[in-house]
Amino acid sequence: MAAKNRLAVNKTYKLYLGGKFPRTESGRYYEVKGRKGALLANASRASRKDFRNGVVAARKAWPGWDGSSAYLRGQILYRIAEMLEGRTEQFEEELRIQGSTPSTAKKEVAKAVDLLVHYAGWSDKYQSLFSSVNPVSTPHFNFSVPEPTGVVAVAAPEKSSLLGLCSAIAPILAGGNTSIVLASHSKPLCAITLAEVLNSSDVPAGVVNMLTGFRDELLPHFAEHMDVNALLLCSDMEEEAKMVGKRAAENLKRVVSHPDSALEEDPYHILDFQEVKTTWHPVGV
Amino acid sequence: MSEAQDKGAAGSKTKSASSGKKKSRHDFVDGDRYAPAPESSEHVVVKDSYDLFIGGDWIRAPKRTETRNPATGEVLSEVGEAGPGMVKKAVAAARKAYEETWSTMPGRERGKYLYRLARLIQERAREFAVLETMDGGKPIRESRDVDLPLVAAHFFYYAGWADKLDYAFPGRTAHSIGVIGQVIPWNFPLLMAAWKLAPALACGNTVVLKPAETTPLTALKLAELIEEAGFPPGVVNVVTGGGKTGRHLVRHPDVDKVAFTGSTEVGKMIQRDLAGTGRRYTLELGGKAANIIFDDATVNQAVEGIVNGIFFNQGHVCCAGSRLFVQEGIADTVVRKLKRRMDNLVLGDPLDKNTDVGAINSQEQLDRIKVLVDSGSEEGAKCWQSGQKLPRKGFWFKPTIFTECAQSHQIVQKEIFGPVLAIQTFRTPEEAVEKANNTPYGLSGGVWTDKGSKIFKITSQIRAGVLWANTFNKFDPASPFGGYKESGVGREGGLQGLAPYLDLR
Repeated sequence: MAAKNRLAVNKTYKLYLGGKFPRTESGRYYEVKGRKGALLANASRASRKDFRNGVVAARKAWPGWDGSSAYLRGQILYRIAEMLEGRTEQFEEELRIQGSTPSTAKKEVAKAVDLLVHYAGWSDKYQSLFSSVNPVSTPHFNFSVPEPTGVVAVAAPEKSSLLGLCSAIAPILAGGNTSIVLASHSKPLCAITLAEVLNSSDVPAGVVNMLTGFRDELLPHFAEHMDVNALLLCSDMEEEAKMVGKRAAENLKRVVSHPDSALEEDPYHILDFQEVKTTWHPVGV
Repeated sequence: MSEAQDKGAAGSKTKSASSGKKKSRHDFVDGDRYAPAPESSEHVVVKDSYDLFIGGDWIRAPKRTETRNPATGEVLSEVGEAGPGMVKKAVAAARKAYEETWSTMPGRERGKYLYRLARLIQERAREFAVLETMDGGKPIRESRDVDLPLVAAHFFYYAGWADKLDYAFPGRTAHSIGVIGQVIPWNFPLLMAAWKLAPALACGNTVVLKPAETTPLTALKLAELIEEAGFPPGVVNVVTGGGKTGRHLVRHPDVDKVAFTGSTEVGKMIQRDLAGTGRRYTLELGGKAANIIFDDATVNQAVEGIVNGIFFNQGHVCCAGSRLFVQEGIADTVVRKLKRRMDNLVLGDPLDKNTDVGAINSQEQLDRIKVLVDSGSEEGAKCWQSGQKLPRKGFWFKPTIFTECAQSHQIVQKEIFGPVLAIQTFRTPEEAVEKANNTPYGLSGGVWTDKGSKIFKITSQIRAGVLWANTFNKFDPASPFGGYKESGVGREGGLQGLAPYLDLR
């Protein structure tokens, strides 16, 4: 804690777009309250324009991330875990001031680190699991492999602000996609701190873009954007799922719905944001 | 409506003649180059009228529509048009069959039903092929050598999965979903029925199938085979009708999953309809495939591939190679050879065994093709058509290519679903990939080059679900098929084709 007579230096929570930490272009903010209504921070209230900038950054980053080796993506995911572990106390503190008990905060951070390690290992294994060589009847070598869907917009869990967030983005990253993430509205602090972790873990700029703000303002744009290929919606609200699904149809986004809670560790979450490509090659001399 | 349809309506008195016994000779004009070699349709039994197949019974729908031979305009039969009540009845029958028999039956037994059906199809393949050609207009060479063998193979393939589902997805146990609503198109009527039915049934689901409005006959005959094979009543239900019937089926709340093959426009409507309901869907939609020819390709082989890519089934193929990208140095040679090859295509009587290009499926589709082809010329592309004369009756369109196309032209961007090819050139592989990916679609693509490493570099960069290297339009039940982006969601065929029909826990 701060020494006597020393004024604490508070952190400004901003957005994370294209590897930088800008304030929202809209200049707006919202108050993040802790227990007993104490003001914790003024979080950026991201706008449609911020989201669109995030999509541009994610699209630009995608060929590089998709093109990097699976081994490298695994190492980077593991690096995220290392960095997160090193900042355990900061995350625990943020969880506590946003309402967790010390012991649940401790457990949540540990689980988040372990989850990242888990997916680090999947990054060069799910392909073998979900690929096939297909015994076609003609003289062709025919095989099917998963490829990343592309740019994924994520409405992260509202309640599980760190573990939920990590469980949503880790499979998307391991699978070679890039993303724009809307963090928990009521508990946004860990998301921006996680962005700092990502920024110092060799995750290339634009691979993850983090927004804070209002779900009902931003989600329609998430669903409608024509350069977003897929959407992960963590929500318990049927109306929200309906709205998102209807708007997402405009460019046939893959919409994956999940309850408002952390996603289990599971390679099928990676498969949710993969496309199967089948290649035919003649066999002959 | 159209002149051809009026004539057909006048000829409805001769319906019994058209249904098998005595064929009126048709003035197909291409017969002067080769002696006619028509496939006999004597052995094809077409009833004057078909009912809906619901819960193992044939139920008469009060509203009827005629189905015609698009090559002659003659009426083949009439079928029922299922309204909301009939659809409801079919879904209820499917639910009953799901709960009482099909979902609880051991996988091995389900598989045996499918094997039996595959065998029956093989036995009667010729009859089905001829009827497919009569109802849809595709050349008998294709329905006999492509559609029917693949139909039987598809049932055979998925029959074998029925008792092995727990091996398909590691870490998961497989459970059936329930009642599946399936809506299929007119370009491969029976093959699409097989693609839909075989995996759904193997996985323990029951089905309500809605064939396309213009090509219902082979699906109805398939229902007869299903009856003959002794399937429990209600496991497969076939309701005929148009788009409205399809919509009733898709929107029925007791349909657990929708599987649709058709236009991207309708696919989007389905996604909207099902949003937030928790009901599943797979969509196999439109395409605008790029066929990329590098200057080191074997040109003659590539030209055959281009022809097969776009003129197979009159271009009524969602994965048709409708955009051609030729590397600049060989563009003149490829186009010259392509034109010569196109002039040698035999266009005419689909039942003639020499025919390469059959009839356009309907007046509606013919109009759509014409509008887009007109737009091509208006927007500045250069049109060339092969020299065949078109038969006077029925719906026909000449094999057509456009050169000097720009990326923005409608003929480059929109799916035409006809024998129309848009040709562009490129200099570098990067340019080819960028242009190829520059559409909302992503169903298929082709790459022609002699260099293996180049093949895999390009195929990995094309954003599409099926890539053919030095070949095109190949299909197999073991090979997954389906699109990226706006070409659809989910896969059909192969191991991956099981997932959409299973609840994996």
